[in-house]
Amino acid sequence: MKAKKAALPYLVWMLLFTVVPLGLVAYFAFTDDTGRFTWNNILRIGEFIPTLWESIKLGGIATVFCILLGYPMAYIVSRSKAHVQQTMVMILMLPMWMNFLLRTYAWMTLLEDTGLINSLLQLLGLPAAHMINTPGAVVLGMVYNFLPFMILPIYSVMVKIDVRVVEAAQDLGANALQVFRRVILPLSIPGICSGVTMVFVPAVSTFVISKMLGGSLNMLIGDVIEMMFVGSSLNFNLGAALSLVLMILILICMAVMNHFDDDADASGGILL
Amino acid sequence: MKVFSKVYTALIFTFLYAPILILIIFSFNQSKTRGLWTGFTLKWYGELFRDKDIMNALSVTLIVAVVASVVAVIIGTLAAVGVFSMKKRTRSLIMAVNQIPMVNPEIVTGISLMLLFVLIYNSTGMFETGMGTLLIAHITFCIPYVLLSVLPKLRQMNYSIYEAALDLGCNPVKAFFKVILPEIVPGIMTGFLMAFTLSLDDFVISLFTGGSAQTLSVLIYSMTKKRVSPTINALSTLLFVSVLILLILANLGQIRSMKRADQKARAEKGQGEMKR
Repeated sequence: MKAKKAALPYLVWMLLFTVVPLGLVAYFAFTDDTGRFTWNNILRIGEFIPTLWESIKLGGIATVFCILLGYPMAYIVSRSKAHVQQTMVMILMLPMWMNFLLRTYAWMTLLEDTGLINSLLQLLGLPAAHMINTPGAVVLGMVYNFLPFMILPIYSVMVKIDVRVVEAAQDLGANALQVFRRVILPLSIPGICSGVTMVFVPAVSTFVISKMLGGSLNMLIGDVIEMMFVGSSLNFNLGAALSLVLMILILICMAVMNHFDDDADASGGILL
Repeated sequence: MKVFSKVYTALIFTFLYAPILILIIFSFNQSKTRGLWTGFTLKWYGELFRDKDIMNALSVTLIVAVVASVVAVIIGTLAAVGVFSMKKRTRSLIMAVNQIPMVNPEIVTGISLMLLFVLIYNSTGMFETGMGTLLIAHITFCIPYVLLSVLPKLRQMNYSIYEAALDLGCNPVKAFFKVILPEIVPGIMTGFLMAFTLSLDDFVISLFTGGSAQTLSVLIYSMTKKRVSPTINALSTLLFVSVLILLILANLGQIRSMKRADQKARAEKGQGEMKR
């Protein structure tokens, strides 16, 4: 059929600007700066394992906090009246429309040693706390930036839970806790799974949040890669090798998540 | 329970909005120091509009967002029509490739494109990073979202209508514009809005592919590295307020159109009953 030809520009575009560039990342990872094949970049990755581990650790902690904070919120929204739901979803989405650099920048104002939180503590006669440039501040920044990405997928799965299923459980004698544990929680797992991927991937690979709230002491893998491409220690080949590793790590995480979520649907993420 | 959910909601909303509120308050602060309130002023707003860098970045951001989302919508919609008519195996292969820019960390997409542009520039002198490469990069990460918003609409469509149009003498192109396009317009609009906001909001990919063309996000990034002037607060306040207004308008429009659809349905139902 002729209609197939309509996809031609798309296919060419994806080949040129998605597939080929990824091939280039692999090519740069296995060559030196004269273009000769080398294992050196891959071998040097060992130096960055602590940074890589730190990124996964902080990203993982932030993801867990997002689930713990976001799940109850999603539940509350899904149980509200229809028009209240729409307003609440809008309120949850609105901060995402604000430039995330600016939102993170605002936390600098709050967390600084002479910042607002410390001024407030002083006013109350409490000792000042050192918050900025700590791993905790980085996790806070991640949770703040990505929390809506956890709430919204869980919410969109929860609203679809058939009320009759819940009613059936109640009729059959389940108490509130049992209804939650045996019906609502299992049915909302797909939402948690897509939420986890939507939070974990950007959290692990971030370099802005760690730079602004973590200072130079809390470098994550994203910071290292950024420095090798636009920063002070230019090295495209090593940077490409690190990106390759980051990509593979994230693909493994996604595969594990998809394994948990049997109904992983290609359109699940796009709804948001 | 009711009280708990109200308190909890209030706490989460405070957490999400407190930093934004602080940015807005300090955009009216006289002192340049963050966190120290010295008095009310509007001077940062005046300075904002005189700041050439900011105005320039704003226009780059808007131009790229408009052009990239329009091009992405055209390529993506055509792609959806093409992919829809393919065999299942080819289709799932293409959909897998389509996922790449969506699941890949942004930083990897950014550097992979940067490598491509740098390589081409070094060997041919073309594709110097700037507005052109920025556009290519934005189109690249927008297309997959357009494809995924249009495809479900094609699936929902009744294919027999298209065949009927062909039987009645339309050529495929005319049939597309007369029958298919009207059916998939909602999907195209969703895709366009998504592409537009993604492009407006993008920072990571623009940083690596923009070169001399600075978007607003990239400019803000370079500003936050140094001591920041409160013009940035004024800028964010204006951006926030305009998004707020847009969202409220869009929501009002939605509610109004919902009401209208409701009335129409009721009217049609009434007519049907009268005929009976």
